[in-house]
Amino acid sequence: MSSVLSLTMVAETLRIATPYACAAVGGIWAERSGVIQIGLEAVLLTSAFTSVAVAATTGSAALGLLAGVASGALLSVLHAVLVERARVHAVISGIALNLLAYAGTRLLLRALFDSASNSPGIDGFRFGPTGADGASMLARFFLDPVTLAALAATALTPFVLARTRFGLRTRAAGENPVAAASVGIDVSRVRIAALAVSGAICALGGVHLAFDQHRFESGMSSGRGFMALAAVVVSGWRAERAVAACVAFGALEALQIVLQDQANRSAGAELIQLLPYVATLVVLGFAAGRAAAPEGLGKHAED
Amino acid sequence: MRSLLPVALAVAGIVLLLNLISFAFGVAPLATLRAAAAGTWGTPYGIGQVLFKATPLVFTGLAFEVGFRAGLFNIGAEGQLALGSLAGGCVGAALPAGTPWILALPLCIGVAMGTAALVALVPGLMRARLGVHEIISTIMVNRIADGIVPFALVTLLGATSLRTADLVAGASLPKLERALPAFAGSAASVAFPLAIAVAFGVEALLRRTRAGREMRWTGQNAEACRAEGIDVPRRQVQAMLLSGALAGGAMTATVLGYKGYFELGLGTGAGFTGIAVALLGRGHPLGIVLAAVFFGTLQQAGLAINAHVPKEAMDVLTACAIVLVAVANRASRAVGSPAPDGGSAAVPPEPASVES
Repeated sequence: MSSVLSLTMVAETLRIATPYACAAVGGIWAERSGVIQIGLEAVLLTSAFTSVAVAATTGSAALGLLAGVASGALLSVLHAVLVERARVHAVISGIALNLLAYAGTRLLLRALFDSASNSPGIDGFRFGPTGADGASMLARFFLDPVTLAALAATALTPFVLARTRFGLRTRAAGENPVAAASVGIDVSRVRIAALAVSGAICALGGVHLAFDQHRFESGMSSGRGFMALAAVVVSGWRAERAVAACVAFGALEALQIVLQDQANRSAGAELIQLLPYVATLVVLGFAAGRAAAPEGLGKHAED
Repeated sequence: MRSLLPVALAVAGIVLLLNLISFAFGVAPLATLRAAAAGTWGTPYGIGQVLFKATPLVFTGLAFEVGFRAGLFNIGAEGQLALGSLAGGCVGAALPAGTPWILALPLCIGVAMGTAALVALVPGLMRARLGVHEIISTIMVNRIADGIVPFALVTLLGATSLRTADLVAGASLPKLERALPAFAGSAASVAFPLAIAVAFGVEALLRRTRAGREMRWTGQNAEACRAEGIDVPRRQVQAMLLSGALAGGAMTATVLGYKGYFELGLGTGAGFTGIAVALLGRGHPLGIVLAAVFFGTLQQAGLAINAHVPKEAMDVLTACAIVLVAVANRASRAVGSPAPDGGSAAVPPEPASVES
């Protein structure tokens, strides 16, 4: 049992939880502004691919990080423009973007690296001790620019949403777009800006995923965007709680890895991964009376 | 003619994009287009393959359409189809070898559609009784189904190759080539005409029966229906059940008409493409069939051009087509008069007066 309560376990939990947490905080930004975003998966995949492609061609991990974040923000803004300006239903747009990102990254993988499954390896950031023990893993985690940026974004989000002018406008657009428009807020513009923030933060998760594996793999987000969506819903659209839920997911997965190392893998191990989804359904069922979702989610200021 | 605008826009956009992708891969665009045309509508075999690819899409398109008419956004066809196919495949494999088709086929299809309906019942009940929006719950159920299918195949059935055993001979739908020899070699089966019949059957059910009419009214204005004494939650649950059952019906093309067994990933993607089919089909049975044939053509064309351009190009084009159709739907609606009942699926139904 000692390996369950160890620094390795803590480091693994944080490493695994980072992409979930980034995607969830991104989801919070989108949905608090009133735009349904089921395309987090697309943002993760696109940013992961872009960061690897740029890092591999320029040899600079920093440029890769910047390009990855920019691509995620762009895709997210595209979603906002489709929803707000062209008035495509957000679910339709989200599904189309998921398909576009999955097929598009595979197509580009063929075009750029002539491979159907993965890119060549990249270095990513390498700071801190190189050991495989828990302490050095933890040290590497806290020295990595991607995780630092993710931590900053996560820590700042509740404050920005609660205290700043932009945050208040975002929430106004999300809670009651008609009222927000009536006091002179350009709801569409606020939402597009919020989606840019959402995409950038979610993209940090994609970049982390790719740099952590030191390459891009086809479909490597493998449902993390949906898991993050579950965290958003379970948390009642609150960033702190959503991140806490993601750390819990991370701990669950880390536990599986640690236990697998001890070679006593149970037959139902795959089913444990379904827990977050089942939990989301249960929480939704119980929380149905108290509406937690932003009031104006999916609604427009004028139609 | 207004209804043709989305189609024209989608086709033009797709041809343009395919040209661009061909350029990017250093292939002459005309060669790619020729290969795409020859591999789909150029030969009887190609046509057969298009119809085969279109068949599941008719079912999943209808599944989304039925939910949508009742004001429900069932994006869970993916999981409903997977679990329905699994159940239908298991039953078909477990039947005694000599089971006649008259017993085996209805049993397999019934179990598949019933299972898929039950899968849809969870979000349906949560929406009708608890007010939980079906978008989130159907996504969650999709993810749960994604995990259950491999678990069931490996752990419960002990299948090492992630597939069920072969179905009994009676539980297979005949290929179209038996009636039309020109289709020789293609996977098109009786499931396609069956799908067309189901499309018209569903439309009749929605228009001619009391349950169907009340489902549609519920979708148009639930508040007014409540005031009129219509049991809105009951109609919503029924619509969700029907929607799920239709999604499960797609297994007739994949499991019964083609593979003869169920394997992991069979039919994946049909659920989501079905949404696009419903958008393009615009509330008409023939429209849905044609829209399914359109997206089926794209899928088959992807395989045909694989020698020139990777087949993922067609998935990219499908994604773009979904967006183009949704935008054009919206635009053509804004220009003309309000669309008739179910005429536009680009936006959720807006309140309208109850027709009675």
